[in-house]
Amino acid sequence: MTLIKTTYNRRSFLKSGTLAGGGMILGFSWLASCKPTPEQVSNIPKEWFDINSFLKIGDNGMVTIMSPNPEIGQNVKTSMPMIVADELGVDWKNVIVEQAPLNTDIFQRQLAGGSQSIRVGWSGLRIAGATARHMLVAAAAEAWQVDEAEITVNAGVISHAASNNSTGFGEMASKAATLPVPEEVKLKETSNFDIIGTDKRNVDGPNIVTGKPLFGIDIQEEGMMIAMIVHPPAFGMTYKSMNADDVKTMPGIKDVFPIDAYKEDTEKQWSDAGAINKLVAIVGESTWQCMQAKKALNVTWEETSALESTEWHDEALIKLLNTSSKQPARKDGNVASAFKKADKVIERTYSAPFLAHNTMEPMNFYADVTAERALFNGPIQTPEFLEKTLSSRLGMPVEKIDIKMSRMGGGFGRRLYGTFGVEAAVISQRMQTPIKLVYTREDDMTQGTYRPTYKVKYKAGLDKDGNLIAWHVKGAGSNDDLLFENRFPAGAVDNYLAEKFSLETNVTTGAWRAPRSNFVAGAEQAFLDEVAETAGKDPIEFRLELFDRAIKNPVGEPEKNDYDPVRYAGVLKLVRDKAGWDGSMKNGAARGVSAYYCHNSYVAQVLDLATDTKSPKVNKVWCAVDCGIVINPMAAKNQIEGGIIDGIGHATYSEMTFKDGKPQHKNYDTYRLIRHKEAPKEIESFFVDNGIDPTGLGEPSMPPIIGALANALYKSTGQRHYNQPFITEKSVIG
Amino acid sequence: MANFSLKVNGESKEVDVDPSTPMLWVLRDHLKLVGTKFGCGIAQCGACTVHLGDNAVRSCQLPVSAVGEQSITTIEGLSENGDHPVQKAWIEEDVYQCGYCQAGQIMNASAFLKQNPNPTDTEIENAMNGNICRCGTYTRIKKAIKNASSISNA
Repeated sequence: MTLIKTTYNRRSFLKSGTLAGGGMILGFSWLASCKPTPEQVSNIPKEWFDINSFLKIGDNGMVTIMSPNPEIGQNVKTSMPMIVADELGVDWKNVIVEQAPLNTDIFQRQLAGGSQSIRVGWSGLRIAGATARHMLVAAAAEAWQVDEAEITVNAGVISHAASNNSTGFGEMASKAATLPVPEEVKLKETSNFDIIGTDKRNVDGPNIVTGKPLFGIDIQEEGMMIAMIVHPPAFGMTYKSMNADDVKTMPGIKDVFPIDAYKEDTEKQWSDAGAINKLVAIVGESTWQCMQAKKALNVTWEETSALESTEWHDEALIKLLNTSSKQPARKDGNVASAFKKADKVIERTYSAPFLAHNTMEPMNFYADVTAERALFNGPIQTPEFLEKTLSSRLGMPVEKIDIKMSRMGGGFGRRLYGTFGVEAAVISQRMQTPIKLVYTREDDMTQGTYRPTYKVKYKAGLDKDGNLIAWHVKGAGSNDDLLFENRFPAGAVDNYLAEKFSLETNVTTGAWRAPRSNFVAGAEQAFLDEVAETAGKDPIEFRLELFDRAIKNPVGEPEKNDYDPVRYAGVLKLVRDKAGWDGSMKNGAARGVSAYYCHNSYVAQVLDLATDTKSPKVNKVWCAVDCGIVINPMAAKNQIEGGIIDGIGHATYSEMTFKDGKPQHKNYDTYRLIRHKEAPKEIESFFVDNGIDPTGLGEPSMPPIIGALANALYKSTGQRHYNQPFITEKSVIG
Repeated sequence: MANFSLKVNGESKEVDVDPSTPMLWVLRDHLKLVGTKFGCGIAQCGACTVHLGDNAVRSCQLPVSAVGEQSITTIEGLSENGDHPVQKAWIEEDVYQCGYCQAGQIMNASAFLKQNPNPTDTEIENAMNGNICRCGTYTRIKKAIKNASSISNA
């Protein structure tokens, strides 16, 4: 039984109260993180004390859990309340999940990014549920004059067997609300979870399948105008002039004007990475009228900096990879002398293009700015940062700015960068009317904030027994230096050198699902496959030997190595067993294997590629995952499947290229995304059952699948794939 | 601008819009039926799929002037209580992640199943290939369509 404190320095993590009309309300912090064990109390983050979520127990026994986080597709709105409900001991049928009233002044919200929601929320959500249960039990013990310890709670019913007393949560809620919040509560044994670990369907499902207005782009307000923007056609260009007068007279058009979305003195946040300072705004009565005006508008742009092309990005990155870093990111042993001693040396370079996020819901935002206050609503992951930028840009204190958050039609990192919110604000302020800014797909795809383009060069040395004795990696990316130098195989190779470089580009970049990992995992895992082949070893056995080294005798300071080799090897063994891996073809399919650790979770995959059709197709993917305790297996598998399909799709088909600063793809007619026909026929997921605190799943299944695919393609066609998208390498997939 | 009388989800609706206006924007901006989604505007993603009569069409490419007497059905009108076999199957398989493309997927799938109540996997893939899901829920969509096919035929 884990005892956990609910207070620190006389401050409580929780606040209770009586509900108007009967019942109990318990406020808690969704952000509560690490376990407040005595040795850790000094590290309690201040966010623990920000009451930002509530659970209500009505006098009818219904439990309402308020989720402060908007849904972006990772299912936290269902999975996180499951944690509260399990500790509380309520029947899931009697739980209602509501979006908390959204107000950034009251709700300190966490970022939906980096697959961290579950990991960070775990303890706080458990404490909240356990505290409410404890108070209900205390109320019952007082009412029945019995010992609390003899009371049991099951599926919303409080019972005392000896006195034959039994009652529902609803009957005790009002009384419980009058009791003090306990300073210490007991958490359930993980083996006694009865909601966590079971399949629960998405609470928003019925709204999604009936087309309810859930998304930012669905917002309709009285007196609202539609706004669109025209941004420069190329990175390195800015606005000069236009034929606004010809367009202003078009039907339904209210105004056309240039805007300074950002001014020289606007204090920018990191979330303004993709900011375009000067744009043209079109405001009209309807979307179609604005689109027509957009077509008729002739804007003259002028060059302000170099107009970059894909060839230049490629050459500049290769140039960086051919230089040496004065300060390597990590250095163990001596790679130069090890390569001299090596029996075999293998060197390969891998590359990947810029990628657009392509959320299906294009960027959009509602703004209503007056002299007194500014109201916003829309799909954004970082309202607290947007609020700061808006305050600076509008010259308005944050107290007068209110940002509501809608459900988001996909994120993949794009909605961390709320420049569209600033644009909407400036347009509304100028028009003195509420507006909804809507990007066209073309605006969305050519605006920037892309996944950086990357190149990585690996060099490996093997001794005559096929042991890996040297590993040299050089990574480079646009505005990003790519490598995680302390991840595997660091710690498993005596002589290890990691060097990283960043190329400054004016094509704007930002976080994109599983940043860096989304490329480096596939490259590293494809290279390891080739190294294992050169060593004459089975690719799984070869990796397990390396993990064994990292477990028994790690190179460098063990705490520096950013992975747990036991858990890493664990997922690899699990997938080997489940897929029946023995290095041979199964049912005529070419097989590839891959494993990677990122975002605190471990994933290993085996991919089977059909070879009996004209265009090979992924028959099946086996995916083993160690993300600790799985809250909602049905939703977890959905994330895993989505990540796998996303990885296969982007590695095979998608790229953004540039000519003279201009993005060369503007819509899905030429920017190819994976479709139904190209998706794997079957994906089967397996979880390591180890009772470890849970970690996230929004990202970890995506990066390694690219390696598994490349390795299976090699088995199928005899061709190694080094450059994404693979389809440009005359791949036969698709 | 011109007046158009439309039959949408079984109801008569009047709109005064430019004849070139795509049904997507008539539905979303003028009739406030926002379940039909804007994804690409060039009939490449399928998010805007509605039924014109019994056929699935991309409403971003359907000018209001071309609709005439034909009935339009949107996700809001697919069933009265959200219990069309395809909607039920979507819930059963817990298909969605962000959910944005799913109205289009459901409208395409329901029109397809009406024409082909017992599709093979390949037929499903071909019929659904015009509908992009950026979250990658394709395997679940396929399962849900097969599931809906068996509900309808039960």
